[in-house]
Amino acid sequence: MFIWTLGVALAFNEMLGPDGQVRAPYAGVAKWLESVNVEQLDRRRAEAELFYRRGGITFAVYGDAQGEERIIPFDIIPRVLAGSEWKLLAKGLEQRVKTLNLYLADIYSKQESLKAGIVPEELVWQNPAFRPEMTGVTVPKDIYVHIAGVDVVRIDANDFYVLEDNARTPSGVSYMLGGREICYRLMADLYGAHKVAPIEHYPDDLIATLSSVAPQSAGESPNVVILTPGQFNSAYYEHSFLADKMGIELVEGRDLFIRDDQVYMRTTEGAKRVDVIYRRIDDDFLDPLVFRPDSMLGVPGLFNAYAKGNVALANAIGTGAADDKAIYAHMPDLVKFFLGEEPILKNVPTWCCRKADDLAYVLEHLAELVVKEVHGSGGYGMLVGPQADKAQIAKFRELLKANPANYIAQPTLSLSSCPSFVEQGVAPRHVDLRPFVLTGGNGVKIVPGGLTRVALREGSLVVNSSQGGGTKDTWVIDL
Amino acid sequence: MLSRTADNLFWLSRYVERADYLARIIEATNRLAMLLAAGDGSSEWTSALVTAGCYDAFVAAHGAPTAETAMEYLALSEDNPSSIRRCLETARFNARAVRTALTVEMWETINGAWLELPKMDRSSFAGGRMSRFTDWVKDIALRIDGSGHRTMLRNDAYWFTRLGFYVERADNTARILDVKYHILLPEVSSVGGGLDYSQWAAILRSVNALTAYRWVYREGLRPWLIADLLILNQELPRSLASCYANIVTHLDSLSNAYGRQGKSQRFARTVQTALQNATIERVFQTGLHEFLTRFISDNARVGGAITEQYLA
Repeated sequence: MFIWTLGVALAFNEMLGPDGQVRAPYAGVAKWLESVNVEQLDRRRAEAELFYRRGGITFAVYGDAQGEERIIPFDIIPRVLAGSEWKLLAKGLEQRVKTLNLYLADIYSKQESLKAGIVPEELVWQNPAFRPEMTGVTVPKDIYVHIAGVDVVRIDANDFYVLEDNARTPSGVSYMLGGREICYRLMADLYGAHKVAPIEHYPDDLIATLSSVAPQSAGESPNVVILTPGQFNSAYYEHSFLADKMGIELVEGRDLFIRDDQVYMRTTEGAKRVDVIYRRIDDDFLDPLVFRPDSMLGVPGLFNAYAKGNVALANAIGTGAADDKAIYAHMPDLVKFFLGEEPILKNVPTWCCRKADDLAYVLEHLAELVVKEVHGSGGYGMLVGPQADKAQIAKFRELLKANPANYIAQPTLSLSSCPSFVEQGVAPRHVDLRPFVLTGGNGVKIVPGGLTRVALREGSLVVNSSQGGGTKDTWVIDL
Repeated sequence: MLSRTADNLFWLSRYVERADYLARIIEATNRLAMLLAAGDGSSEWTSALVTAGCYDAFVAAHGAPTAETAMEYLALSEDNPSSIRRCLETARFNARAVRTALTVEMWETINGAWLELPKMDRSSFAGGRMSRFTDWVKDIALRIDGSGHRTMLRNDAYWFTRLGFYVERADNTARILDVKYHILLPEVSSVGGGLDYSQWAAILRSVNALTAYRWVYREGLRPWLIADLLILNQELPRSLASCYANIVTHLDSLSNAYGRQGKSQRFARTVQTALQNATIERVFQTGLHEFLTRFISDNARVGGAITEQYLA
């Protein structure tokens, strides 16, 4: 997610409250920061970088010829959340992801939320991520989003806002686990002084979640695999990491084939049946017979095998219909509609430019707003009003008028900051948080914390890994 | 395991083994060329390029070989698909594709080598520093081999890795003998002087067997004994006989685990039996070159059978 704020000075500082006093969760970190000097921090940072390099824990930046494999900068100072803060956040996340699943089950079957007018029908039909092929297809246990990465930010002591519901193939969990590993190795002094809630069981939770949606015919120990686009994909490290941690095969499309609507993988001992596919390939590329015919990454015939219930896909096909920025605006209403509950997590106020009133407001206030494409991601193709010059604003004005339904706008948020080790020493930097929410036949599981992303460069407020952001370990501690 | 994974493991080892072998060839050739009259090492470098199977491509690009051009082509060239650089790059590419099948130790060794690689250029082995470069390469091979040996589970992943090492090693040993076979022939050796002796030593050195020779035969270098050591001696880890003993063992492990025998087991056992029944006298009688040519093609057939049976 791409975040712009009013600047560090005005933002909620997670270590020092508004009164300048150290907040309780950060007592240990504040004390520790007083005891270490810049050289010690720098040495640990260098060791952390070596850990990533040696491990090949890298990602690829698309459109960057020279840096084929890069590492994500790791900020060694952890971010700390109190157990009570986390409990509330986790409840809100569970509520949110339950709603995503109910909404998807609804639009691919009875469409009651559309009939009730909660979501305008055209938002569904016109959404390229909506897959009409999925209508009437029964998915195991009615679960569509097995793995969600919900991006949240906080703006004060009490409020968490959801920025984005990532319901397709969210990544980053390997950096969450890698960051914790580094803390064990390099931050033992600080780590040992806290009672940090563990996250190492994430792969166990994930394999349990995936196994829980296997077809009945799979029997006691279903064959679960990860489907990767291959080693040129930016998240390849994560795919191989997860396969390794779960002890399952990492397959590419060419390793799989379909016979009699059944999925098999080619092994040294012949064909072996596949029951569950944790796919890290977009819908478009999954099956050239149904989706993009030029896809070399997928498996011809996979959709039929899936529709017949012979294999489970996680996430389901067509989950993108629930996480784009136009549906986002309706999430609070959907929570109320499906669960009859008040939403625990807030939504950033969002103007949907397809509405005439909203468009008029946005055109009036372009210089203050962030304008995003409805289906965009990764911080590309957007206008950041407060940072833009007149020409850029004029250009977006035309784009908006030409195709208003393609855009939403949001206010700039005063996003919280955490102490971070940067070139100038220790300074507050903006952060967001991506917790990973697992939903299986056995319920919802969330390991405490998630991936904290930090905008390490001063002035640049971008936390996207593809745009130069870094990560931090996230500690949930009992006070 | 996935056929693609097994294929990557098999070729990962083959490329590591090949890099190691190239380093030894460079080292041995360099030493030999230095013994000759100044400025006349070109025939040695020619034979090094032939042994590495890239002489024609080299001549097309660079003309007649000199020590500098040949060494660079064998060690660092981007254009030569089997230069040491390209071997290590390909090995790392294969390793990255099958990280999940490698232990952390193996991965870190291969990845570490790949991270060092961009620092290597002509100056890395200019002047007297060539041996530092070849030592670096040999050390990498040793560490990859050793870390695999020490840390991998003894299952199919391990066996495919080992098969890659031994199939490649057998090929390399046979090729170096074949390129040099003329200096091992009895009629040549009868007139041989100091130069022949150095060449024999160079052959042994390129397969890391000079000291081993002395332990086994306890006499001066005799060409037929060199051939005996490299072809038939079970104790020498780079001999053809030893490679095939290992190939058969690992193929048997696979067929036991999978409960099925196939072409590769049959072919490998045939090659092994032929080596067990051979004597060095008969090898020379039928012709060393003919023997080696047939072995190289048999070995390729075993590789092909492994691919067909497991990796495709």
